[in-house]
Amino acid sequence: MATRIDLDGLQELVAGGAQLVEVLPRGEYVEEHLPGAINLPLKELDAATTRQLDHSRPIIVYCWDGL
Amino acid sequence: MSPRAACRLQTLGFTDVYDYVLGKADWLAHGLPTEGEHADVPRAKDVLRDDVVTAQLDEPIGAVRERVARSPYGFAFVLAKDGTLLGRLRKATLDGDADAAAQDVMEPGPSTVRADSKLEKLAARMRQHNLDAMVVTTPQGRLLGVVRRDDAERRLDEADAPGL
Repeated sequence: MATRIDLDGLQELVAGGAQLVEVLPRGEYVEEHLPGAINLPLKELDAATTRQLDHSRPIIVYCWDGL
Repeated sequence: MSPRAACRLQTLGFTDVYDYVLGKADWLAHGLPTEGEHADVPRAKDVLRDDVVTAQLDEPIGAVRERVARSPYGFAFVLAKDGTLLGRLRKATLDGDADAAAQDVMEPGPSTVRADSKLEKLAARMRQHNLDAMVVTTPQGRLLGVVRRDDAERRLDEADAPGL
């Protein structure tokens, strides 16, 4: 299971170079997202779409409220 | 959704994966900046004032009264040590027994809104209920400040003005 983090943890990781990934559908991402986040909707997560992610840096995923 | 996404990334070979479980709702409610088409929609955070008077639970209201008199407000908020909003002291209360402890005379549990609340809705609510201001806290209940009705209406007028 991935490590669960709160806002402080997120800000610390992002300051250290973590990648932010919004997994909500594209429309919600286009409306509003966290600064610097990229969009990889849950329904599209596969080997091809995640190729743009850097294995050497932490990845933080988020949706609306974790549900 | 994010727990499943985090799990899927791990099955795809990513080993350093974190889940910001409280998500975008939490980020927005803290009044933090965003990007996207709706990032410029006027929200409470845009006109938030943090110059309100606060008091400790055991503080005599006589001392609070003096600070309120020097502020642009007629009230004070009572906070726990960690900044959690516990109550409000209205002017009528502040004019009472100067030795009374704030926690004994405060109005507990004032209504609050989040920093990402849309200003248009807040302004309408303040007009409807004849409120001069609304209290803004984090989702955890920590006081961020207040949104004044005149500030909200001015900001909305600016947003509607052509060329701005």
